[in-house]
Amino acid sequence: MNEPNTVDDGLELSPEDKKRRNRRSVAIALGLIFLVALFYIMTIFKFGPALMNKPL
Amino acid sequence: MSTADIEARTELQALAGTAAEHRISQAEPRDFFALMKPGVMRLVVFTALVGLVSAAATSGTMLLDPVTGAIALFCIAIGGGASGALNMWYEADLDRMMKRTANRPIPAGRVSSDEALAFGLIMAVLSVMVLGLVSNWLAAGLLAFTIFFYAVVYTVWLKRSTQQNIVIGGAAGALPPVVAWAAMTGSVGIEAFALFFIIFMWTPPHFWALALFASQDYARAGIPMMPVVSGDAYTRKQILIYAVLLAPVAMAPWLLGFGGLVYGITTAALSLGFIFYAIGVYRDKNLDNSNRAAKRLFAYSILYLFALFGVLLLEAVIRLAL
Repeated sequence: MNEPNTVDDGLELSPEDKKRRNRRSVAIALGLIFLVALFYIMTIFKFGPALMNKPL
Repeated sequence: MSTADIEARTELQALAGTAAEHRISQAEPRDFFALMKPGVMRLVVFTALVGLVSAAATSGTMLLDPVTGAIALFCIAIGGGASGALNMWYEADLDRMMKRTANRPIPAGRVSSDEALAFGLIMAVLSVMVLGLVSNWLAAGLLAFTIFFYAVVYTVWLKRSTQQNIVIGGAAGALPPVVAWAAMTGSVGIEAFALFFIIFMWTPPHFWALALFASQDYARAGIPMMPVVSGDAYTRKQILIYAVLLAPVAMAPWLLGFGGLVYGITTAALSLGFIFYAIGVYRDKNLDNSNRAAKRLFAYSILYLFALFGVLLLEAVIRLAL
């Protein structure tokens, strides 16, 4: 018979800890979105008008 | 001590180790922002902006358009912030002992040392890589050198070992306009070095004025700032010497031709003001222990640098517009 999963690392996040963790996660997500947008804009501006010069 | 006692103690130590290892982060996003020393970042952004615009107006070479220029500026700001975070990581022990810095994120217990180190390293690598991609690798290399100089040469080596810490370490704070100049033109001219030397010569009297009224804090933390090692009188003399030396250095942009008449006149007047306040510090015996003269010079020095670079920026913008 399998024993129930009773692994306890002794850590209990308080509601405030959870809120802080959420805020950190949101900040990381926004940072990543910002980086994606930054690389996209950089690419477009690096290409310049040449971006439009392609055979159809 | 019985065997049972030793076992109990070992168990307790193991538990304590686990608790330290599994510490729940107390950090808020704003604590990471604070790690980047936003006050210093403001100066970095402003002086780099002046470097960027002056380079475009002076050399006629514009490798960056306004959007990529803004991204380059952002990278320089993040690079400056990264070196601030690495500085706070290494100096947490000193910050804990000083009133002025005890509430910084690491000594206050909101951010762990590991978090600060990881954040500083990630930001440093990201800022250098993105600057290299958006502008050129000379600028990226200079930014990497700036971060290294501040985080390693100044923070690890100089700050705790010599009273000349701020003189040599000032090079890190003086490099942002050079990085920006390289980003805009792909090279570094004598004009960029003129901007470098203005900040380089401005830094010692600015920080020694602060050190005069925060010397007890520095002494408590065992940091060999000049007033702690050589005394107030010697520091006051050094401030005056640097104020006098700064005046001709500050005229360099005008002499080299990339600062106009308005810059020349403004700088001459403001430099006289700087010397005037430095004489005030030199003469001040600080009998009431208020360090009023040093506080006045500290405030004036900030205004001085912003005014000098502000006029340079204005002149460069006008030259570009005409």
